[in-house]
Amino acid sequence: MAEDLVRLVDFLPQLGDGLLVTVQLALGGALGSFAIALLLGLAMVAPTRWLAVPARIVVEFFRGTSLLVQLFWLFYVLPLLGAELDPLMCGILALALNYGAYSAEVVRSSVMHVEPGQWEAALALSLTPARRMFRVILPQAWALMIPSLATLQIQLLKGTAVASFLTLQDLNERIDILRQDTGDTLFSYSVGFLLYFVLAWLIQVTMDLLEALAKRRLGRDPSDAGFVGRLVAGAGTSAGAGEADAPGTAEPAVAKGGAR
Amino acid sequence: MPEPAVPEPAVPEPAVPEPSVAEPSRPEPSTGAAPALEFRDVEKRFGRNTVLSGLNFTVRPGERVTLIGPSGSGKTTILRLIMTLETLSEGYIYVGGQPLTHEERNGKRVALPGRRVRETTKRIGMVFQHFNLFPNMTVLDNLVEAPVHVLGMSREAAAEKARGLLDRVGLAEKADAHPTRLSGGQQQRVAIARALAMDPEILLLDEVTSALDPELVGDVLQVLRDIAAETDITMLIVTHEMQFARDVSQRVMMFDQGAILEDGTPEEIFTRPREARTQRFLSAVLE
Repeated sequence: MAEDLVRLVDFLPQLGDGLLVTVQLALGGALGSFAIALLLGLAMVAPTRWLAVPARIVVEFFRGTSLLVQLFWLFYVLPLLGAELDPLMCGILALALNYGAYSAEVVRSSVMHVEPGQWEAALALSLTPARRMFRVILPQAWALMIPSLATLQIQLLKGTAVASFLTLQDLNERIDILRQDTGDTLFSYSVGFLLYFVLAWLIQVTMDLLEALAKRRLGRDPSDAGFVGRLVAGAGTSAGAGEADAPGTAEPAVAKGGAR
Repeated sequence: MPEPAVPEPAVPEPAVPEPSVAEPSRPEPSTGAAPALEFRDVEKRFGRNTVLSGLNFTVRPGERVTLIGPSGSGKTTILRLIMTLETLSEGYIYVGGQPLTHEERNGKRVALPGRRVRETTKRIGMVFQHFNLFPNMTVLDNLVEAPVHVLGMSREAAAEKARGLLDRVGLAEKADAHPTRLSGGQQQRVAIARALAMDPEILLLDEVTSALDPELVGDVLQVLRDIAAETDITMLIVTHEMQFARDVSQRVMMFDQGAILEDGTPEEIFTRPREARTQRFLSAVLE
């Protein structure tokens, strides 16, 4: 065991390189998938079929085919068509397309779940369709979509392990080298376990923070968004205490049913 | 359904009375000015369920009309059709003589493009049962959003006007508050101010006190009474507050099963209803 730890310390720079590749894939994939999700998700709720139907087809295509096949296609087929991407870009693109398609469905359903009264109020003020979406509906849908997006982002992180098929030396690949180095399978894979778990946990914490902030902005209770949510809720109440009830208000400042 | 010969929208057409409808006792709108609102052969179906059929009526500029009737009689649907929250199945609605969502062109019923519909709807304001304030904006931003982005006002002018309106509904100090931190009654007064910020010619009030605790109803109704007294906004009101309806409106329309059952002054409808159905309805709600 002690020997393993010494080996691990020697191996840390390489492990760090692998971690960097995995983080790049996960971050690039996350940003890319969110951009694709917004684009496709909003296209799917567009009033015109000319947007909604193609977007739905694209989503079903990328949801319905395996990540690995998409990856190989980008890596081996695109060059035949004259477009060569470096392995990291290939990985990011495949992850973004695959998880973007899943996330698009989350965006669509969150948008549809914003209270009908909000759509109606926006319509009653004669806001343009774009203004309705971006100023009224999407900021509220955002709070709804974060928990599901968090799950998908963690799945995306785990999906980055397929990158080793692209000759990329990611975390998974380095762990395997560590195993060959030490000859200790249990130890090496346990290190891998732990590192992926920490990364996933960081994603969860980040998403909880985003959710708590989004809820607070909407005047809702952020405290069910993990422990981060409770922290944000605590900060919110101490900050909000000062502005509570101005003297002379006849009505209680407790909202009945919330702003709907 | 046979297409009736339709006159120019600018010429007010007298409300075609159903056989059972009382002759309106008030004078017909004078020729010249277009009616604030005109329903012509309006039909609304939800699936196979016909909610309104063959509905014809006009509302004069500045008139305050209360729509009463049992639930499911179509009165809220009428407001929602005017605000384009529902699509018209048949017929036409005119606002100030202008077609709202459909117009007749060469004998055909043609839907108008969204941009043109919004040109008309921006003259109409609506206040909802559940307030529907935008929770992602402060109270002030709720009032500023549409005047800036729909009417093209400057942000400063819109904010100044919004503060004036908040003062008018007694909530000047809540401008920067979050809507969810207000009571229901306060939220509804903000919603009224938000509708007024667009300077509407027509204001639609859809059961605006129904979701409020009883002790909060009074303030909201007082704000509306003041607005009715101080402005000449045309109002269509769906409410169960009969005393309020009586005080504010010049005209009451009783609906039953998607048609006008009775149409007259509050005095006529509330004290001398002709129809047994109206009498039953009133005695039920006034209990």
